[in-house]
Amino acid sequence: MSSPTLDAPRSSRQLVRNNFEKNAWMFMRLSGIVLVVLVLGHLFIMNILDGGVHRINFAFVAGRWASPFWQLWDLVMLWLAMLHGANGLRTIINDYASKEGTRLTLKGLLYSATFLTIVLGTLVIFTFDPTIS
Amino acid sequence: MANTTAGAKSPVGTLYRGYDGMWSWVAHRITGVTVFFFLLVHVTDTALVRVSPDVYNGVIATYKTPLVNLMEVGLVGAVLYHALNGIRIILIDFWSKGPRYQKGMLRGLIAIWLVVMIPGTYFMLLRTFESLFGSAS
Repeated sequence: MSSPTLDAPRSSRQLVRNNFEKNAWMFMRLSGIVLVVLVLGHLFIMNILDGGVHRINFAFVAGRWASPFWQLWDLVMLWLAMLHGANGLRTIINDYASKEGTRLTLKGLLYSATFLTIVLGTLVIFTFDPTIS
Repeated sequence: MANTTAGAKSPVGTLYRGYDGMWSWVAHRITGVTVFFFLLVHVTDTALVRVSPDVYNGVIATYKTPLVNLMEVGLVGAVLYHALNGIRIILIDFWSKGPRYQKGMLRGLIAIWLVVMIPGTYFMLLRTFESLFGSAS
């Protein structure tokens, strides 16, 4: 085992061209603040208010998505929650999967599932048809 | 003033290693992973509104069964913890006094969690209890 290397003390900081990890770190905090409002509001309306889950059915969804406000709410919530969750899982995979092959496989599955779910959810919000039978 | 986060007598433990700092982080990961996997399921079940009202109503009916209804309480509890602890993490990172008050903020979030979850659980399970034990209607 080789010992880990450290930069010499007070060495000049190298120019970081791609600051992806810092941006991802900041994204978790910014999206998190927005998601606190969107997700807790969603859970309160869907699960607690006025009978909760027992009043949800197709007509209930049609009533909500008749309003652009709730369409936008759900769209932003979908994208932010999926990206926030995917980045969280990416961090966890990096932390615990030590073999390169395992990491690549798990991240491949994660990114595929994330992409498919975002596309599916977005299509459903934009193509919803209340008159479908 | 030295070592304010771990307490003067404690030789081990920093903000994130050992004790509440670490366990709140462990719980943050577990609740986060749980919520993410539910999200994949939930977007998929909602997508059934594009198939037909009957198919959608069929899958939503499973959410109304006693067992799944109980799991919803767990989901709301997980999301609420993750949200409150997320705010705590932001305050630790960006508020100059955040690291000093991290323990107090953890106690505060547990208190808020209980204050919300106790009545929340009641309202979420009310209909299930009524249908199981037939006290209403």
